[in-house]
Order: sequence, then C-alpha cells, then structure tokens
Amino acid sequence: MVFTKRPDGRKFEETRPIEAKVGIIKRADGSAYFKIGDTIAYAAVYGPRELYPKFLQDPSKGVLRCRYNMMPFSGAGERVRPGQSRRSREISLVTERALLPAMNLEEFPNAVVDVFIELPQTDAGTRCAGICAASMALADAGIAMKDMVAAVSCGKVDDKVLIDLNYAEESYEDGPVADIPVAMMPRTEKITLLQMDGEISKEEIMKALEMTKKVCKDIYEIQKSALKKKFQVGETNESGA
Amino acid sequence: MGELLVKDKEVVVPGEILSVGMDYLPATGTFREGENIIASKLGLASIDGRLIKLIPLSGKYLPKPRDIIIGKVIDLTFTGWRVDLNSAYTALLSVKDATSDFVSRGADLTRYYNLGDYMMAKIINVTSQNLVDLTLKGPGLRKLGEGRIIYVAPNKVPRIIGKQGSMVMMIKDYTKCQILVGQNGVVWISGQPMGEVVAVNAIRKIEAESHMAGLTERMKAFLESQKVG
Repeated sequence: MVFTKRPDGRKFEETRPIEAKVGIIKRADGSAYFKIGDTIAYAAVYGPRELYPKFLQDPSKGVLRCRYNMMPFSGAGERVRPGQSRRSREISLVTERALLPAMNLEEFPNAVVDVFIELPQTDAGTRCAGICAASMALADAGIAMKDMVAAVSCGKVDDKVLIDLNYAEESYEDGPVADIPVAMMPRTEKITLLQMDGEISKEEIMKALEMTKKVCKDIYEIQKSALKKKFQVGETNESGA
Repeated sequence: MGELLVKDKEVVVPGEILSVGMDYLPATGTFREGENIIASKLGLASIDGRLIKLIPLSGKYLPKPRDIIIGKVIDLTFTGWRVDLNSAYTALLSVKDATSDFVSRGADLTRYYNLGDYMMAKIINVTSQNLVDLTLKGPGLRKLGEGRIIYVAPNKVPRIIGKQGSMVMMIKDYTKCQILVGQNGVVWISGQPMGEVVAVNAIRKIEAESHMAGLTERMKAFLESQKVG
C-alpha cells in the first residue's frame, strides 16, 4: 500500500496540536476557542434566556439550540455564500444531540440556551472542534452539566487506522477513506456522536474507536485545564471580601 | 473509607469526580453517581465537614424565594405589573402586593408604577415552572427614583456587598452616593454625577478582581485615589 506516512508527519494515533481558551467573547454568558491543527472553532453561549416563539418552549425542561457555521472565507474559500446550508443545518442538529446527554436543563423550564459555533478557518474535523468548543463555553456559562463532551474524528486512510484526519487525508484519492467523527463523555465513556463517511471493516472500526477513547480523554484534560486557567490568576478570595 | 480528590476552594469543572466513597454527602451543585460525588457546574469546591458543595463562578440569576432584587417594569396586566429580573424569567407584581391603597377594578395602574420604572422588591414565591411573585411590602422595598442602573454578574453580588455590607458601605462613604444592590445583579446608584462615576468604576473593579486576595485594601486605595472634593 502507498499510504505509509501521514502528510504532516504525525503518528497514526496522534492528533494535531491543540490549543484551547475560555472566556474570549466578553458580551456572551460563556465562550471558548478551540484550535486543532488548522481548524479553528469559536463558541459563544447565551442564556438561559426566554424562548420565543412560545410554541418552541418546553415546560418540562430547558431547550438547547445550536448553530454551526463555517465562515465564507474558511476552508479553501469556496463557501462564499454565507448563512445556513443543508450541511450546516445537519451539523447544527448533530452538535445539539451530541451535547444534550451531558446537559442538565431541568433547572430552566420554558427557557433556551443558545450555542453559536463559528469557524473562521477549517481543515477538516470542524464538527468535532465545534463540539469541544461548545462544551467548554457551556461550562463557562455556568450551566449545569453531568459531564463535559470531548470530540475527535478517527478513521481509515488506505489500510491505516488513524486519528484526527486533516483535509489532505480526508480527500486521499489512491485508496479507501473512512472519516468517523466521534463525541464522547470522557468520565462515563458514553458516545454521543458517531457518524461515518466512507467504508471500514468491523475490526477496523473497533480499533479506531478504542484509539478515540484514549484521545478523547487527552482532549478532556486540555478542556479542563483551559477552564481552570480562566479563574486561577492569583489566590482565590471567595470566602470573604 | 471515603477519599477526597479535591482540595477546599479548588476550581472544578462539570463532570469532575470530587470524592469517592459514601463518607461524603453531595450538597448544592454536586450529585452522587454510585460511589462518587461529581461536580455539575464550573465553580469552587467547598468542603464543610462531610458536605461537599459547589460555589458557582458564573451563570445567570435564578429566582429564589426571599431574595431582594431590583426589577424593571416591562408590562402592565389587568391585575398588576410584569417585572424584568435580569434572568430567564420575569416576575409578576400584583396590585395587592404593591400598595395598601384601595385600587378599583380597571383603574389606571401607571399611577403607581409605569413602564420602565425600577423597583426594589422581594420575591415571595417561585413555582416549579419558575413563575415568580414579587412584593413591595417590607422594610426598604420601594420604587427607585433618579440614578443609574448597572448590571453585574449575579455571583459577584456577595463580593460587592462584603461582610455585613462592609464593601458597599465603604463605597457609599467615599462617593456620597446611595447604592442598592439586588441579588439578581442589578445595582442602583444615585448621587452627584462625579460620585456616581467613581462608584460605577469601583463596582466594575470588584467584579474584575474579586477572586484575588486583599480586595478590601485595594478597593480602599482605589477609592482614596479617586476621592471627590
């Protein structure tokens, strides 16, 4: 087989370099930045706030509303038509479903929590980067959650099972490719998002998911330290003024 | 034997395991899953004997009975006023809880409170669906006159008030302003324009620096340097 080395020289079970920050959008109730390789995601959370039109309200619990958007100049600059597309609506929906199992919205009946994800620069793995950023932003907004959500893609290029495909690998033409975005709650190891593009055998997918489990825990540690860093400037003084 | 995995006043994230074993009990902001006690919000873990609770560091205001809040009239209804709470929910103030006057059916309610008026009120009751009832009957509860309103993070309100009101008293003394702080993170300031500006800056400074030690001394120095007249 021809694919023996990754284009950027990574190991097969290695992610691209990750950077995470919390609290970058001042007006938002919670916000985060998540960069994995050349993919950059910003997430802003507003709420809980009143939900209108009224028929969208749920009297038993709060509603989560996500909006995923790639900026017109992101990727190779071919998404020149701004706004929602078929693809971004689908990803908004799966993002919402990936985050919901970790959330505890019973505290806010009839209200809504809005999550906005914007991607100024993309190089594959956007929905995973978006979910990572959104989960950090939700925690930053002080919303009750059972767990964080960490996400990464795994898959297969030619005959190699690997983690975190970039665009060059995703569009590899000389062999079969499978791209599988996975989101996971790291503490319970429950999977909240699993999609696939391409084809892969049962043995390979099990191997890929095993690798993803380990990587998601590493991403969780990065999210955790980013959240803690926001509040660890100097000594805490919460016991009294 | 139970084991504690975090230190007192340590920053924890949602889903973080705080303790293992049945020796500890979950309080507000935490929950038990099997043997473990887990944080459900971003905040500071606070260990009090066997209880582990969580002091949130962010989040919007959630109405609680007996809280004293500053609200804004946003609508008039048949029987009272709808009041904005700087929260996901609005409150209802009925005529009966607003005044001891006799108000006949269909009377003009704007004689008491008009749209856009601010008031300091107490929350009487909050239902499971977060419907909120207010009252203006109680010491210090009233309509607020001229002044300026600022919004702060609700979790910083205890820092702005200080122990037994020490912090807000200090700002009042230095700026010669009247200041009222609502539990919902709305602050009303009234005084001379220069004093008001200093008070706003002081409150913004508390909001930004409340997690660092020696806040009182720094605030004192700040107010001393900004002293009016």
